[in-house]
Amino acid sequence: MDAHNMNILLAGFGGQGVLFAGKLIASSALIDGLEVTWMPSYGPEMRGGTCNCSVCLSEKPIGSPLVTEPDVLVALNKPSYLKFVDAIKPGGICLIDQSLIDVCPERSDIQFVAIPATKISEDNDLQTLANVILVGQLLKLTGFSTVEVLEQAIEHSVSAKHTDLIAPNKMALKIGYNAVNQADCK
Amino acid sequence: MATFDKQKYLYKRPHALADVVTNYCPGCTHGIVQRLVCEVLDELDIEGDTIGVCPVGCSVTAYDFYNCDMAQAAHGRAPAVATGIKRALPDKVVFTYQGDGDFASIGTAESIHIAARGEKVTTIFINNAIYGMTGGQMAPTSLPGQVTQTSPYGRDVAYSGYPIRVCEMMQSLDGVAFMERVTVDTPSHIRKAKKAIKKAFQYQLEGLGFSLIEVVATCPTNWGMTPQAAFKWMEENMIPYYPLGNFVDVKAEATEEAK
Amino acid sequence: MAKVLMKGNEALAEGAIRAGCRHFFGYPITPQSELAAYMAKRMPKIGGTYLQAESEVSAINMVYGASAAGVRVMTSSSSPGVSLKGEGISYLIGADLPCLIVNVERSGPGLGGIQPSQGDYWMSTRATGHGDGHVLVLAPNSVQEMADFAAKAFELGDRFRMPAMILADGLLGQMMEPVELPEELDLADLPEKPWALTGTKLEREHHIANSLAMEPQDLEDMVLSRRERYRLIKATEQKCEQIMVDDAEVVVVAFGAASRIALSAVNAAREQGIKAGLIRPITLWPYPVDAVKAAAQHAKAFLSVEFSTGQMVEDVRLAVNGKCPVNFFGHTGGIVPDPSEALEAIKLSLERADSGEDFEILPFESKLGLDGSFGKPQAYAERTA
Repeated sequence: MDAHNMNILLAGFGGQGVLFAGKLIASSALIDGLEVTWMPSYGPEMRGGTCNCSVCLSEKPIGSPLVTEPDVLVALNKPSYLKFVDAIKPGGICLIDQSLIDVCPERSDIQFVAIPATKISEDNDLQTLANVILVGQLLKLTGFSTVEVLEQAIEHSVSAKHTDLIAPNKMALKIGYNAVNQADCK
Repeated sequence: MATFDKQKYLYKRPHALADVVTNYCPGCTHGIVQRLVCEVLDELDIEGDTIGVCPVGCSVTAYDFYNCDMAQAAHGRAPAVATGIKRALPDKVVFTYQGDGDFASIGTAESIHIAARGEKVTTIFINNAIYGMTGGQMAPTSLPGQVTQTSPYGRDVAYSGYPIRVCEMMQSLDGVAFMERVTVDTPSHIRKAKKAIKKAFQYQLEGLGFSLIEVVATCPTNWGMTPQAAFKWMEENMIPYYPLGNFVDVKAEATEEAK
Repeated sequence: MAKVLMKGNEALAEGAIRAGCRHFFGYPITPQSELAAYMAKRMPKIGGTYLQAESEVSAINMVYGASAAGVRVMTSSSSPGVSLKGEGISYLIGADLPCLIVNVERSGPGLGGIQPSQGDYWMSTRATGHGDGHVLVLAPNSVQEMADFAAKAFELGDRFRMPAMILADGLLGQMMEPVELPEELDLADLPEKPWALTGTKLEREHHIANSLAMEPQDLEDMVLSRRERYRLIKATEQKCEQIMVDDAEVVVVAFGAASRIALSAVNAAREQGIKAGLIRPITLWPYPVDAVKAAAQHAKAFLSVEFSTGQMVEDVRLAVNGKCPVNFFGHTGGIVPDPSEALEAIKLSLERADSGEDFEILPFESKLGLDGSFGKPQAYAERTA
């Protein structure tokens, strides 16, 4: 995986922090001086509706910001996993929240990584930060940036009204980084 | 014994009224109302700080008749144009001058919302129950049974709906600071109308909100009458439907409450 | 200045503020709402106006009033809303009033959909409203240009006393990219508008903002003098970006978000040894006719790539004037074409350059004359493999 020339698709329900997770990755790329685009799916505003965002990292100017064939899929719910798993490029990565997605991939040409992000978040009193835990894991898997840069990205991305959330986000990032792949697919 | 050694103007063209020939028909009430507006601009000494907005209709070229700065607006949009001017230049005095088709039909949304916003703008609304410039079609204020070019058998309310009483309709909007229905058929009515117009501008100057003067007016040409007969028809038919009087006066209400 | 990550809609709003715009009138519509929301947040803090109008029609007429009063003023909307603004835009043109109109296009006609589209090319460049006039049209293709073009649009509009439009789309509006925000203009440095309605102070003749002329001769004179201005604009203000056009055999023409897809395809074509190049119109009106004409001297074929069923392609054809085929590839309905599809269209353009015939590639179209089931270009590639 060329982590500096990588197209990422993050997908889940509205409210899971899919867009924020994408924004963290995009912000780190900005700090790293890469070309980057972040493109959300948009539709009628609806709580609980499906939601995804495309993040393109590149060392060259980026053409289309829409990711239709991702190098990496980060799936936060089962419908999103089912919708996009076949679109992953051969050799790509599929990272899922195992707490919410109970599957084993039929594809053998991709790297399949499952961590129980939601459970980990609850165990560590980091409710609602499963998204950042997954970003931490993606960082370890691909090395698209560094923990230090991601921490800066968190500082930039957390809204000024919620600076108390910076520390939990950083913790979630590290816990996610150190989480172990639980995929058990024979 | 009275002497006449000093000459004094008792009646002259207001400074704000341009010295040009208007396009209004003989006997039309537009001329009277326009003059009243200009007298008020003079008396309040605001001509140099006033921007007027004229509509589509018989007063479409009124930008030539006033000496203050003027904008011409699309049909019904004068309240929006006035809003844009007022928001850009909040210290200026802004008025619109609109007919019934303009204000109460094609521009209904603009009219209601300028009032709801309490925009510090004054609107002079001429209600003559007909479209004049386009040749006498049914207006939103045409009376039940009224024969017009597009209601040739008389306005059938079951088919074409009812006339809109603008003041009554807008009375409930909290942004309105002053609203009065007047007419200009007699000297005493003309004096009352001027008083109301002046108050409307004063309320704007005081920043109290939106002010509206509805003038029940005539259209002798498209009604097919002499000016005298038109006033008579107006008095007998329109005034009962559109009763004269004050509808909103925030200052009077405040005084009332204080009592 | 350090770059920041921003949505296109927000970058455009900030760019407009930095260009001296203090007055915004609008109405909510997807996918431009972030622009209005940004203005609602910022304007009260800098002494500006953000006013949510009762309709698009009102919003554009508020723009007319504020422009007549001499300030830099803007409105933004998306396709159906811009249709509604058509009336006011015509009056702004007729009264020679400058302003900025932003269209973050979605797909149509009618309510259509809310995904990106370029289906308003004709509306923007041909008839934003009734009558005989034009607006300046700028087409950004990145968040950086969303931020930069506001100042450009205001400058052009003020200089030529006419409305200027930024034609973007849902993709450019919604996406985030790093952007270096333009420098803030000093309000004192904005161009003077001696024609504005600011009150006579009883010191000058009254000013009138007006598009009416009852005498045909007066109106013809007004329209013709405006046309002279248009002629000057066409001669001096055409802007486009040209990439690898000099030796190109297939010249792709694409604007806005479509140009990004087109550039990916052109780069891929070059990697495969195909001499492809890209002309990216930055001004859609005036259209960069000169650049297309010059490229037509050596190109074997042109290919217009658009998020529509083919609108700008007509301007390319007018400029190429029959010298070689001018083909079309596009998606509509909010579907963003894939660079691989555009690449197939480039290859096909080269293959069929000698035929002298234009072709169009649209899903469900069979204009290739191959068979009636032409879907995606990949399907064509499979059939001809």
